[in-house]
Amino acid sequence: MIKIKNSGPIDRILFYILVPAMFINLYLIFIWSPVERMMGEVQKIFYFHVGTAWVAFLAFFVVGVFSVLTLIKPKMERFIYAGISAEIGVLFTTLALTTGMVWGRASWNTWWTWEPRLITTLILWFIYVAYLFVRKMDGSWEKIAKLSSVFGIIGVINVPIVFMATRWWNTKLHPVVFGEGKDQTGGGMEPEMLATMFFSLFTITILYVFLLRKGAQIEKMREVIKKAKNNVINKIAS
Amino acid sequence: MMTVLSDALTIAGKDLRSEFKTKQTISMMAIFAALVILVFSFAFDPTNNAVKAVIPGLVWVITVFAGILGLNRSFTSEQENDCLTGLRSGPIDAASIYLGKVLANFTIVTIVQLISIPVLFVLFNYRFTGSLLWFVLIILAGTLGFIIVGTFLSALSANAKNSEMLLPVLLLPLLSPLMIAAVQATRIALENENIENAIAWLQLMSAYDLLFFAACLLLFEFIMEGS
Amino acid sequence: MKELETMLELKKITKMLGDKLILRNITLSLKEGETLAVVGPNGAGKSTFFKCTVGLLQPTGGEIILDGEVVKKKSAAIKQKIGFLGHESFLYNNLTPLENLRFYGKLYKVKDIDRKSTELLKEVGLYLFRDVPIRSFSRGMMQRLAIARVLLAEPKILMLDEPHTGLDQEAVALLNRIIKEKQKTGTSILIISHDFEQVHTLADRVAILKKGKIVDTVQLNGEMGLAEMKDWYEKVVMGA
Repeated sequence: MIKIKNSGPIDRILFYILVPAMFINLYLIFIWSPVERMMGEVQKIFYFHVGTAWVAFLAFFVVGVFSVLTLIKPKMERFIYAGISAEIGVLFTTLALTTGMVWGRASWNTWWTWEPRLITTLILWFIYVAYLFVRKMDGSWEKIAKLSSVFGIIGVINVPIVFMATRWWNTKLHPVVFGEGKDQTGGGMEPEMLATMFFSLFTITILYVFLLRKGAQIEKMREVIKKAKNNVINKIAS
Repeated sequence: MMTVLSDALTIAGKDLRSEFKTKQTISMMAIFAALVILVFSFAFDPTNNAVKAVIPGLVWVITVFAGILGLNRSFTSEQENDCLTGLRSGPIDAASIYLGKVLANFTIVTIVQLISIPVLFVLFNYRFTGSLLWFVLIILAGTLGFIIVGTFLSALSANAKNSEMLLPVLLLPLLSPLMIAAVQATRIALENENIENAIAWLQLMSAYDLLFFAACLLLFEFIMEGS
Repeated sequence: MKELETMLELKKITKMLGDKLILRNITLSLKEGETLAVVGPNGAGKSTFFKCTVGLLQPTGGEIILDGEVVKKKSAAIKQKIGFLGHESFLYNNLTPLENLRFYGKLYKVKDIDRKSTELLKEVGLYLFRDVPIRSFSRGMMQRLAIARVLLAEPKILMLDEPHTGLDQEAVALLNRIIKEKQKTGTSILIISHDFEQVHTLADRVAILKKGKIVDTVQLNGEMGLAEMKDWYEKVVMGA
C-alpha cells in the first residue's frame, strides 16, 4: 500500500529556496555577470547550458541508483522515482542539446558539431527514450520494474564509455572551461562568471530535486486512483 | 561452472541445429545484407574512388542491420510452445541460457558476415590490401560486443508485444561506443595505416565486450524471472 | 504399512502479484507415492500456485520443501527431481522427437540418453515418427512426446498442469496408464485439472483451491464416487 504524502516540509523548504534562487539566478546571469568579450550576450546561454547538461547526467545517474535499488528489493516507490527521474532527464537533455546548439551556432557558426560532449548528450537522450519505452511495456509492474531497471543499469554503464569513445574520436572543438589539468586556471573565465555558473548549477539542481519529488507524488496519486478504480470495477463485476 | 558451460553448449547446439535445418534466418539475413549493400550502392556511386571511405562504415551497417533480424528471432522463437518456460523450469542456470544464446547468435552472424563482407567488397570493387589478421580480429571483437549486448536486449524486448520494433531502439544507442571504435579500427586496418592506432580502438572494444559481458551475465537472471 | 516420507511440503505459501494477494497461506503436503489433485474455479490462483511449486515464481512468503530440501532460486539439483508437464509442450518444432529428447536429456544430465529415449518413444507410440520434425504433429502427438520428455529424467515428483485438455480418448488412456504405472513405482504426483472424471480415476486426495486458499481436502481412496465428489465440490465452492 502506498501512502500519499502531499507536500511535506521538505517540499515547502525546497520551494521557498527555489523561487528566490531563480530570480537571483536570472539577475546574476543577465545583469551582474560581465558580458563576454568575444561572443557578446550569446554567452549568457552558457549558464543554462551547463546547468541543464549537469542535471541531464545527474538524473540518469539517479535512474541508475534507483534501478539498482529496485533490483535489490522491488518497491513501487523506487520504481516510480526511477521513472520520474528519467522523464525529467529527457526534458533537461533536450534543453541541454538545444542550448548547446544555439551556443554552437554563435561560437562556431554551425548548429551541430560532432563533438564528444554533444554526441554523448545526444546518445544519452536516446538511451533515456529507450528506457521510457521499456517502461511502457505491458505487464505487471514488478515485471516492468525488473526489466526497466536492468536496462537502466546497462544504460548507466554505457554513458561513460560513450564519452570516452567520442573523446578519442574527436577532441577538437569544445572550449576547455575549467582548466582541465593541474593548474585549474580555466579557459579565461572571470571570477564573476564562475560564481554565476555555480549559482546557476545550484538553482537548476534544486529545481530538479523539486520536480523529482513533485513528479513522484503525482505518480503515486495516479497509482492510488488506479487501484481505487480497479476496486470499484471488481465490486461492480462481482 | 563447468555445467554452466556444457549446458550453454547444449543450448547453442540446439539453436544451431534447428537453424541449419531450415536455414531460414541465415538466408534471410544474408539476403537482407545484400539488399542493404545494393541500396547503398545507389546512394554512393561505387565507381567513384572516394567511396572507399565508406567501406568500413558499411561493413558495420550490414552487420548490425542483418544481425538485428537474427537477434529478433533469438528469443521470440523460444515462445513457440513456451519453450522458454521449459528451459527455465529445467535444472540449469539462467547464465547458461544467455551464454548458449550468445554462442549461437555469434556463430550465425559470423556466417552471415563471411558471405556479406566479400559481397560488399566485390560489388564496391574494393581490393583488400590491408592486414587480414587485424581485420578479422577487429571484426570478431566488434561482432562479439554487438552480440553480447544484442542477445541480452533481445531477451529483454521479447517480453514486449512489439519486440521487433523495440529491439533496435534499445540496442543502437548502447552500441554507439562500440560502433565508433569498430568503424575507426576497421578503417585503419583497411587503409593499412599505423596499426598502433587500431590497437587502441581494439582495446576499447575488448573493454566494452568484457564489461558488458559481465554486466549482462549478472543481470540476465532478472530478465528470466517471470512474475 | 510403513510410514511414508513427505515428498513435497508447502508451508504457509503466500504470493503477491502486483498488489493482489494471489495465494494466501497455503499449506499442503504430498507423501511419497501419493497423488494429489488440486481443483478449483477459474482465477483461484491454480496456475500461480503451480508456478511457485515448480520454482518458476518465488513465493512472497513461506517456503517449499521438496524431498527434504528448500526450493530456492538456484537449486538445479532439486529441479532435476521435478517432472513438469505444462500447458504447452516445451518442444522445439524444427527438431525431431529424438532430437528434442536428446536436448532435454542433456540438460537434465540423463545417462544413456539414446537408449532411454528410444524406449520412451516406443512407449508413447511415436517411435515410427522419431525422425520427423514435430512441426506437423497433432496436439495429441505433441502431448505424448511432452510426456516422454517429462519421464526422461525419471523425476521423483510429477507435476501435471491440466494434462488432459485437448487430448483424444486414446491419448488420455495412454496418459492415465503411464501415470498409474508411475504411481506404482512410488512417484509422487501433483495434478491440476478441471476434468473431474480424470481426477477421480487418478487421485488419492483432492484439494480445492478457492480465492487463493485451500478451502477443503478430501481423501478418495476409491470409496467416494464421482457424483459424490462433484457434489462435494459444488457445495464447497458455492457455499461459504
